[in-house]
Amino acid sequence: MPEQKPEERRQNFAEVNLGLNFHLATQEAMRCLECANPKCIDGCPVGVKVKDFIALVLTGDYLGAAAKIREDNILPAVTGRVCPQEDQCEGTCIMNKKFGAVGIGYLERFVADYERESGQIGLPPIAPPTGKKVAIVGSGPAGLSAAGDLVQRGHQVTVFEALHEVGGVLVYGIPEFRLPKEIVRQEVENMKRMGVEFQTNVVVGKTVTVDELFGEEGYHAVLVATGAGLPQFLGIPGEDLCGVYSANEFLTRVNLMKAYKFPEYDEPIYNCRGKNVAVVGGGNTAMDAIRSALRLGAKNAYVIYRRSVAEMPARAEEVKHAREEGVQFLLLNNPIGFLGDEKGWLRAVQCIKMELGPADESGRRRPVPVQGSEYVLPLDVAIIAVGTSSNPLVQSTTPDLKTRKGGYIEADPETLKTSKMGVFGAGDIVTGAATVILAMGAGRKAATAIDEYLRTGVW
Amino acid sequence: MGIEGFSIAEARFLAPDVKLFRVVAPRVARKQQPGQFVIIRIHEHGERIPLTIADSNPTEGTITIIVQGIGKTTKLLNRLNAGDFILDVVGPLGRPSDVRLFGTVVVISGGVGTAIAYPIAKALQRAGNHVITILGARTKNLLILENEARAVSDEVFVITDDGSYGEKGLVTGKLDALIAGGKKIDLVLAIGPIPMMRAVAEKTRPCGIKTIVSLNPIMVDGTGMCGGCRVQVAGRSQFACVDGPEFDAHEVDFDGLAKRNAMYRESERQALEQFVSEPESGPELIRHRCKLEDVAPR
Repeated sequence: MPEQKPEERRQNFAEVNLGLNFHLATQEAMRCLECANPKCIDGCPVGVKVKDFIALVLTGDYLGAAAKIREDNILPAVTGRVCPQEDQCEGTCIMNKKFGAVGIGYLERFVADYERESGQIGLPPIAPPTGKKVAIVGSGPAGLSAAGDLVQRGHQVTVFEALHEVGGVLVYGIPEFRLPKEIVRQEVENMKRMGVEFQTNVVVGKTVTVDELFGEEGYHAVLVATGAGLPQFLGIPGEDLCGVYSANEFLTRVNLMKAYKFPEYDEPIYNCRGKNVAVVGGGNTAMDAIRSALRLGAKNAYVIYRRSVAEMPARAEEVKHAREEGVQFLLLNNPIGFLGDEKGWLRAVQCIKMELGPADESGRRRPVPVQGSEYVLPLDVAIIAVGTSSNPLVQSTTPDLKTRKGGYIEADPETLKTSKMGVFGAGDIVTGAATVILAMGAGRKAATAIDEYLRTGVW
Repeated sequence: MGIEGFSIAEARFLAPDVKLFRVVAPRVARKQQPGQFVIIRIHEHGERIPLTIADSNPTEGTITIIVQGIGKTTKLLNRLNAGDFILDVVGPLGRPSDVRLFGTVVVISGGVGTAIAYPIAKALQRAGNHVITILGARTKNLLILENEARAVSDEVFVITDDGSYGEKGLVTGKLDALIAGGKKIDLVLAIGPIPMMRAVAEKTRPCGIKTIVSLNPIMVDGTGMCGGCRVQVAGRSQFACVDGPEFDAHEVDFDGLAKRNAMYRESERQALEQFVSEPESGPELIRHRCKLEDVAPR
């Protein structure tokens, strides 16, 4: 995949990966062995018919290929960019072991981009109206994917979003350089054309309750897809100093509020130019945050992670991109306190070195502190990216909705039915924080169950 | 909730730079309880700011917000008039005030804090409390909602810093006098600038009078997602947007709150300077809709 040169891209928010051209796309598609029993489809959480779409790429029917993907995946231009394909379709590709997998993600992105640029979007057919109304709470990947499936089956679908823009983590979390917001907007436009209604500025649980959605608002089923949006902090001294952010706040300011264009946009963000910035954590969110800080002009950009590179949950490609751009990895390091000045501004972080002990319950080797290895690193901005937890607003005003430890919603693993009749749950709010595509897979599963419930009335 | 946003049914200045808006937001109006707030965004390039809901009318489907023009966004907002639109209004957010029968309640508000205190005082009186209101302002023409406060209070004291109206002095002086006079006070509610709330907390702490403050930290989403509004309460990090905005005054780390609120002072100054220097600037949308003449009563 051609990409922007590291020294250029670290100065801008434009997309890093540039996409395949026709020649490269054809070359890549030709590598597909057209297996009789293709494993790639099994590897895909939403079951994209990979073999079929690649065959269409080979005939030059790119629009047909895009439409083929859209049958199973409502957001091809998005997943073509952010899916961890190496663990999914490409991971199960027969070519993977010996020759390297077919670049399925790149091809998906190529046909989705071709389709978007052509303006001829191959929207799937819509079944005749069923007269049933479905409310979807949350417009992230799970909600969008369920909405796409349900509207195709003839149901009237309304998606409620708490923020002012539709897309959930796709618009507030993932940065422009990895997923241009214009692409999300276009996918949402497509869904509007399919008949999905979007209502922004509605916090279900506050503005309207689930019971009111069933009552005066007249919905027949509700899907809760509110995600795992609450930031976790480290719980160490100095975390309230000015300059210490949750990754959610830092990324929301940059992505949703466009703070990187301040003062053209009004929302401010700490001026990172010439400053020392560190992210704490080793996931994709951590990579997104620190690479954003680099683009905001950070002099030194550190990843502080308490385990080694082998345990890092971030995609290998993201780590590679971050390294190329000049991010410094302080692996086997753990912050134990933030130090500030008298005005309350962050000035440094105190860290301790770690070493790996035996494996813990996650199967990863447990990091243990090295006695006496504490040191102080000068720092102006710290971004905490150590995970998120469940968003409680719906549950707190829906007493008959059962939750489990951590406030996540209990749902049947097959039907995604919750303890409350007519209410389904999908995505991170059920499973805990996961990936875009797993949430989309859950959304599809929920859509199938909701459709059946609406048709049969059987709970 | 259409493409144009939320329409303004009424807009009028209550004091220089302090404007009241009645905004059509039926769902919010129906749900609002005293102490809750909305987050608004005025235009496509705008920031999200929290504003407490001063009143609501579920029948009309309107909410009332009262805005002091301090920074770019609030000054821009105060240029809007009836018939204009606010692009985004979301709420009601935060926990409602704890309204029940306490006995005698002293409601202390400073400046535009009265806009927040008024609906709570109203609810407290309705719940059967004896409500004593202390209204504070720097000077006479900055005093707002006096008549409204009188209508929901059993006793009202007006205090101005310069003595231009009511008694000269500070709100804490009046609170001192009430306490010294042997008044049995069951609850104090203080809403206003941080130094005022902190001073009230220090007055009531030695007497063991339960005291509630409504905090105004920096926020982005207002739903618990960003953690920007975190404040130390009783040594624990709390999110003002979902755990508050009201907290026990004796447990709040006001010093930490004040420091965090200063985080964007430089950006705020820059944005305001640019805004003031080019009063015609700003996105097409707002320029188009605003009537730029200032209609404040002077």
